[in-house]
Amino acid sequence: MEKKLINKKVLMKGNEALAEAAIQAGCRFYAGYPITPQNEVPEYMSQRMPEVKGIFIQAESELAAINMIFGASATGARAMTSSSSPGISLKQEGISYLAGAELPAVIVNVQRGGPGLGNISGSQADYFQAVKGGGHGDYKLLVYAPWNLQELWDLTMKAFDKADEYRIPVMILIDGILGQMMEPLVQTSYKQPKLPKKEWALTGCAGREPNVIKSLYMGEGELEKRNYKLKEKYDRMKDTEVMYDSLYIDDSELIVTAFGIAARIASSAVKKLRKEGRKVGLFRPITLFPFPEKEIEHICKGNRRFLTIEMNMGQMVEDVRLSVNGKAEVDFYGRPGGGTMTPEELYDVIKKYM
Amino acid sequence: MGNKKLRLESKKQEMENSYFSLLIAGFGGQGILFAGKLLAQSAMLEGRHVTWFPSYGAEIRGGTANCTVIISDDMIGSPVVRQPDLLLIMNEASMKKFEPLLKPQGLLIINTSLIKNLPNRSDIEIIKIKATDIAEEFGGSQIANMVMLGALIAKTRILNPGTISTALKEIIPEHRKNVIQINERAFKGGLKGIAY
Repeated sequence: MEKKLINKKVLMKGNEALAEAAIQAGCRFYAGYPITPQNEVPEYMSQRMPEVKGIFIQAESELAAINMIFGASATGARAMTSSSSPGISLKQEGISYLAGAELPAVIVNVQRGGPGLGNISGSQADYFQAVKGGGHGDYKLLVYAPWNLQELWDLTMKAFDKADEYRIPVMILIDGILGQMMEPLVQTSYKQPKLPKKEWALTGCAGREPNVIKSLYMGEGELEKRNYKLKEKYDRMKDTEVMYDSLYIDDSELIVTAFGIAARIASSAVKKLRKEGRKVGLFRPITLFPFPEKEIEHICKGNRRFLTIEMNMGQMVEDVRLSVNGKAEVDFYGRPGGGTMTPEELYDVIKKYM
Repeated sequence: MGNKKLRLESKKQEMENSYFSLLIAGFGGQGILFAGKLLAQSAMLEGRHVTWFPSYGAEIRGGTANCTVIISDDMIGSPVVRQPDLLLIMNEASMKKFEPLLKPQGLLIINTSLIKNLPNRSDIEIIKIKATDIAEEFGGSQIANMVMLGALIAKTRILNPGTISTALKEIIPEHRKNVIQINERAFKGGLKGIAY
């Protein structure tokens, strides 16, 4: 839309920003099925994909969409689908197959309130689903949880690179608020890093042995071998892909841990308390898998305490507790699906724990 | 840049940070989301931090619509607030819903063409403007949003009037360029409608 404005700020909705970032990162196949609050993604793609000679498909269902992504990715294309919580639940089978077949893909979840159809307001209740599996089998997604639109732009581009580098599905986990809000961002231009050639892709086998893309391994020892291979990738990601951010950690007695929109709302409260001289800081995981467990363990010292804040009833807090490993107290405050938190509310909550 | 700061005494603390939150509400079709977007674009043009967050979902013409705009010189944490500093209310139903949320010492700007029941609160400042009537003089009720924005800028000077005009030209799509002038006139009408 505003390609001339590179390095100048533009005002965009989160959903539009991630769609444009995907296109600029070379995504040329998008399939999806409508659901609020992510409808601007397919809407934007339906207009932009033909302009870049890519393919936009409004699929007949979420299942169809995720399996179209499987097919497109198998041919070597950069492919993306998006949905919101109930729709992401429907895609889980396909996501497990993508992981099993080692296919790169980008899946965006603009979370809404659940369970069931819930409502359309922002939520973070799909943390477990994104981080602990979702579909069947021993697989992991690389999960990015940006907290503003600049980070959403940058991480969407990165998601395509990481998906190709590791041959894994990558999830961008945001929520209705980030998807719907507008704020200025710089449309930084995409620079592709060095990536291995997709020699595994199904491109027509004239003159070479046929490639096979599958997730079914019936032969003696085949599946176990495949699972060890996946495990090796996940371990490598734990070593090199962890991302996090922190605010006023050094002298903090209480550290608020939060991701995505909750971290953003909490940051307002933390800054206000800091101005009042309170020793409180914020630790924000940017990758939810791999989780910054070593980094949390590292900052866990003295009488320092933790307070995890999420827009759910307590999901990431389990990973914080595992990282802290009994060395510090970890409290939790959350609002379930249907509830949105405000900085005023979190100011009162955090103060109570100080 | 002009004086961007609020003129309300109680806003001293916010004035230092130059932070304010504004909620615009009315019915679908009154250009509520557009008015917010115009403010956000203008704030961006003035090099400030800004967020815009809409009501979304089952929005229809005649239904309710609202958006929250936050403008600050620092990074903005939450794009949502419990109690906005400023309210711009364009119809009666929104008045009932949002007026109680306005921060004490906050500023309430209301469209008295459509709102007859005035609030009883004495802890807020109220600006009344017959936005829909004024808009009709300038070409139609659908530009009452611009009259309201004019009143807001005249009263608070949170943004330069000139920036609003520039932003208008940037966000109105090419095929609707003919409506820029009429919007601008309505905005100026609102600016002049408030004596301060």
